[in-house]
Amino acid sequence: MSSVQIRDVRKSFGNFEVLHGVTIPIEDGEFVVLVGPSGCGKSTLLRMLAGLENITSGTISIGDRVVNNVQPKERDIAMVFQNYALYPHMTVADNMGFSLKLRGAKADEISTGVKRAAEILALTPLLDRYPRQLSGGQRQRVAMGRAIVRDPQVFLFDEPLSNLDAKLRVAMRTEIKELHQRLRTTTVYVTHDQIEAMTMADKIVVMHDGIVEQMGSPLELYDTPANQFVAGFIGSPAMNFLKGNVKANGAAYFEGPNGVKLPLKTAPANSDGKPAVYGVRPEHFTIADDGAEAEIVVVEPTGSETQVFAKLGGEQVVAVFRERHLFNPGDKVRLKPDPTLVHLFDDGTGKRLNG
Amino acid sequence: MADIALAPRRAKTEMREATAWDQLRHNKNWLGFWFMLPAMAFLIFFLAYPLGLGVWLSFTDARIGRIGHFIGTENYEWLWDDDIFWLSVTNTLLYTFVASTVKFAVGLYLALLLNERMPFKALLRAAVLIPFIVPTVLSALAFWWIFDSQFSIISWSLKHLGLITQNINFLGDTTWARICVIFANIWRGVPFVAITLLAGLQTVSPSLYEAATLDGASSWQMFRHITYPLLTPIIAVVMTFSVLFTFTDFQLIWAMTRGGPVNATHLMATLSYQRAIIGGQLGEGAAISSAMIPFLLGAIMISWFGLQRRKWQQGEGND
Repeated sequence: MSSVQIRDVRKSFGNFEVLHGVTIPIEDGEFVVLVGPSGCGKSTLLRMLAGLENITSGTISIGDRVVNNVQPKERDIAMVFQNYALYPHMTVADNMGFSLKLRGAKADEISTGVKRAAEILALTPLLDRYPRQLSGGQRQRVAMGRAIVRDPQVFLFDEPLSNLDAKLRVAMRTEIKELHQRLRTTTVYVTHDQIEAMTMADKIVVMHDGIVEQMGSPLELYDTPANQFVAGFIGSPAMNFLKGNVKANGAAYFEGPNGVKLPLKTAPANSDGKPAVYGVRPEHFTIADDGAEAEIVVVEPTGSETQVFAKLGGEQVVAVFRERHLFNPGDKVRLKPDPTLVHLFDDGTGKRLNG
Repeated sequence: MADIALAPRRAKTEMREATAWDQLRHNKNWLGFWFMLPAMAFLIFFLAYPLGLGVWLSFTDARIGRIGHFIGTENYEWLWDDDIFWLSVTNTLLYTFVASTVKFAVGLYLALLLNERMPFKALLRAAVLIPFIVPTVLSALAFWWIFDSQFSIISWSLKHLGLITQNINFLGDTTWARICVIFANIWRGVPFVAITLLAGLQTVSPSLYEAATLDGASSWQMFRHITYPLLTPIIAVVMTFSVLFTFTDFQLIWAMTRGGPVNATHLMATLSYQRAIIGGQLGEGAAISSAMIPFLLGAIMISWFGLQRRKWQQGEGND
């Protein structure tokens, strides 16, 4: 196990720069999730870490060693690919033992290593099968087994769950997290699914267009997103954004679209009349007499909660309630955001304005 | 509205027994038969019938212009004692073995080369196909000139380089003639092997190589443990075809040497043609051709058993 330091790393393909100076410190044993929309550069960064792509500038170190010019096999990392990349002509045992075999390990050494990994992942009964004879979840586990056998310094996962169905994905999510808790190996995990990121990570790195938007623990990102992009990306359903102006004369409030009055606990300094974006998460609405009037458009009960789509000041917003409300489309309700939990963002730069 | 309700409707056609003809027209199994019929007719007329006729002729004393009589295995007994026939068998085996081996080696090498990233890749791939596209007789004629005893460009070049003083008698010397026809066959056959293997290489997922890189495989180990095993099914197919084509080769030899010098390049196919058509001994020629069948069947059997789907290729079974 060891720490990983990514310092001001840039990557260009020809004249096109896809990573614009990324710095991420990763501590020993940490589970870091790189998350972001397609094309944000997260997979490229992971492949650079693995040594499958060259580093244009900046440095990546594993432990105390700068690995920019170190061959992939010398980096002591293991990677789980999105399509698993299992060798189709080898049995599960051979797949898992391949790296040991290439290293010139003895037969009994290989079989001990494979058996140990197979036990951890409950693969023992499948060791003689070929990849084609396995289900998606089993293949996924073999891919992880192949990584575990090598006992590497760092595990890399490249969207490992995106080929699985929804139910299996949730199960494997837990399994990977459990595995990490058991082995405590430094892990870098790439995904575009913010729920995966939230549930698994010690530290989330939100990337967008080749830069790091924010990094921090899942709840930090949820509670105090640094900008509008992170606010919109983390959380499901996504945060509601309403454009308007801050009113700071006397009691602070926010004037939303069509003059809708929305509560603010305090206004940022010198912000009176300033155009801004008001952000409120769907779960932070309550129904209160002093709320703003909204018209219900669609109601989606999921059993555990009720999602309500409503027009607030002409803008569509989503609200989620734990309690059961029997709303009908067209009903008028008074929605009140919790003023201690609302977010304010700069209208131009998208930067967070309130503390 | 009442009128409509009252009008007698013929909702169902009357039930009647389906005739045999109806069954032939509508039964799915028979439908399959109808679709198969054209292909079957084609194969019967152009493959099965000539094959059967050839085998039959080999048991007769037919000559051109004379219907033969059944003479049992006399033609074969005759061939058994015929040194030229045995020479042609040896030639054919040598020709097939050497040419196929070299074609496989060169073809695989070219395929691996063309699978790499390189400039003008598309152009190079197209260029590799050229020998395959040129009509055989045309390329044979070109080789005939290249290996001509007086005007050979090779002899001319070597002479000007001062390496030899006399023209090499390429097609007049038995050893040289064999080398030359084998070379020409290789030149013609390599593209087929190379392009087919290239197609096979491209079905190998790049992520397997990435995984192998991380597992610590060198280029040779990647070839040995990933490329080659994944390519074996297609290698089996390609080499079967290559062996069959080479074994039955006729055009190239006939255009370049006509089996000479002193029968050194006579293959079974060319000898059969010479005896049957030029010499008019249809029965004997047919016997030589028929003698190829066991060899060809043998080659097919080998690939059949080699080709049987490997365990790892078998379908998904989640028992």
